[in-house]
Amino acid sequence: MSENQIKTDAPAVDLEEMAARVAQLEARIAEIEEVQPDDRVSLVVFSGELDKVLAAFVIATGAAAVGQEVSMFFTFWGLSALKKDSKLAGKNLFEKMMGVMSPAGTKQLPVSKMNYFGVGAKMLRKMMKDKNVASLEEMMDLARELGVKMVACEMSRDVMGISDDELIDGLESGGVGSFLGDSLRSKTSLFI
Amino acid sequence: MSEIHFDKALDTSGLNCPLPVVKARKEVRNLEPGQILKVTSTDRGSVKDFQGWAKVDRKVDLLGQETETAEGKETFIHYLQLVS
Repeated sequence: MSENQIKTDAPAVDLEEMAARVAQLEARIAEIEEVQPDDRVSLVVFSGELDKVLAAFVIATGAAAVGQEVSMFFTFWGLSALKKDSKLAGKNLFEKMMGVMSPAGTKQLPVSKMNYFGVGAKMLRKMMKDKNVASLEEMMDLARELGVKMVACEMSRDVMGISDDELIDGLESGGVGSFLGDSLRSKTSLFI
Repeated sequence: MSEIHFDKALDTSGLNCPLPVVKARKEVRNLEPGQILKVTSTDRGSVKDFQGWAKVDRKVDLLGQETETAEGKETFIHYLQLVS
């Protein structure tokens, strides 16, 4: 039997149908790729306690280190961690009260349990230092270095009367839309 | 002792989670593709941490892990390769 004969004996393949099928599959794959989450992790930092903010930054730096895009969305009490200062000028009475009663920066954050007017927080910091665990401040620096995006919630800033010059530099400003824009494309979203 | 050849070494002894992974990440990105980084850690959690990293990061392969015990203290060694 010659080679020619083998070819003619083979079942007929409809090339056009095949091409249409491939095109269909390619379109379907493109569709699926579109809705696939990115290598992304999104965190809402709602709490303003040292231990909880620390947990958020451990996850954020860890995720960034293993190659994930990370966004942290700071809202309500979480904003305390982003303060560098507390200013009272230009605030109304309630805003001033809020400013005085809430921590102005990471150094003043309480712990969520056994705080005892700040003694607990000092103790935890000392224990962490003794065990060679990075401090919250070091962790925040690392997060920046690793390109973690930090967003300050515009609405809660507005409610609490927190001005730009009370916050550390390098923050973005945004609302629920900015959070959802990131979290809906994320493989993991956490509320801390 | 293994025979894994490495191009660079990083000692993270004494450091705790998440620092071994964070420091290793910085170092591994300085490698040329194909090169190998040896990371030494005293953090017991680092064994699973490096495994998890290699699982999610396509840029990094974990070629091997070892545990060495000296004077009752354990040291954990991880070999990472930059893929691309």
